Amino acid sequence: MIRRVILFAIAFFVWCLLTWVPDIQHIIVGIFAALLVAILTGDLFIKRPHVLKHPLRYWYFFAHYLPVFLWQVIKANLDVAYRVLHPALPINPGIVKVKTTLKSDTALTFLANSITLTPGTLTVDIDPEKSVLYIHWIDVKSKDTEIATKIIVERFEKILKKIFD
Amino acid sequence: MKILRWFIGAVVMVAVITLILMRPLPSLFYPGLPYAGFFGRMVYVIVLACVLSLYRIWKGPTGADRIVAIDILGIMIVGLCALLTISTERSWYMDIGIAWALQSFISTLALSKYLEGKGFDE
Amino acid sequence: MSSTIGIIFISVGLAFDVLGCLGLVRLPDVYNRLQAATKCVTLGTCSILLGTFLIVGCTAAGMKAFLCIIFLMLTSPVAAHAIARGAHRAGVKLWDRSVVDKYKADKEGEI
Repeated sequence: MIRRVILFAIAFFVWCLLTWVPDIQHIIVGIFAALLVAILTGDLFIKRPHVLKHPLRYWYFFAHYLPVFLWQVIKANLDVAYRVLHPALPINPGIVKVKTTLKSDTALTFLANSITLTPGTLTVDIDPEKSVLYIHWIDVKSKDTEIATKIIVERFEKILKKIFD
Repeated sequence: MKILRWFIGAVVMVAVITLILMRPLPSLFYPGLPYAGFFGRMVYVIVLACVLSLYRIWKGPTGADRIVAIDILGIMIVGLCALLTISTERSWYMDIGIAWALQSFISTLALSKYLEGKGFDE
Repeated sequence: MSSTIGIIFISVGLAFDVLGCLGLVRLPDVYNRLQAATKCVTLGTCSILLGTFLIVGCTAAGMKAFLCIIFLMLTSPVAAHAIARGAHRAGVKLWDRSVVDKYKADKEGEI
């Protein structure tokens, strides 16, 4: 039940943004549309609703995760621009394997998305049973799993562990 | 040889961008609006980027290259819709943009599933 | 004032879009192209949309642009991940000067 209420709130919020400026007709239609979405797909998206209750997790998300993420995205873009404009194409690609300690699906999704948008790395596959990620690295610094884990994963893993676990 | 090709490419790119910025091609939009002149030129820059990715669709050695280029083209058309929103002051261009973003994501997922060779029923 | 900041954001975004597509043309294999194109075009388009939001303000189009930023940031890495996995399973080879391919080694070990 609590999952459907949360999904209803999210869907109604998105509806209000889509039909800005809200007036009474849009809101009435939006309530019915959000109810339909919440009844049909309520048990698919939110697996562990008790996680959403802690206010500290939102603080970690907005104050610790987002600045690090945005800074890494900007650095990644400058890095790609340098590599593309250089006449000799300074790339040294390969697929390496890294380990992670995160367990839940949401945390793994966020970790994979963060890795894809940060400098020189792209997630190719996730194996959640062995908790292993395969990562295409545009400039391989080390073929060893431990060192690659230290370079790629650790800066996000600590923050995501506080948010999602 | 490689340096020569890089040099020719750089000269062509700089020439095209200078042509766009210095001598505006005929502006397509309603000339009275406040941003029509500036964004009428900026639209040609994003058209240049679309032409580069169309080259990859035409030339791409494997199917995966073509799918990557189609994905990128879809994301850039959202940007084009945003520019058209400002330059023509018609807010429904942004509706086209958001619907295009949704449709492009779904079609990319379907194409990559097809590429994986497993069918759609997994 | 905010429209000036918006025009700066839009110019930066257009520059990154063109650079990403240049990477799509120049780099040698699917995975490298995917990296350059996804990163540059995602940030470029998000920057254009942020500029749009700053110029038109909190109107209908501005709110849709804001929603579109969140949507693109969430979905474009997922699309890149799906294409990379599909390409590797379809047997697209890495560049011939690549250093290491642990994924292929692990998959052959399982079969």
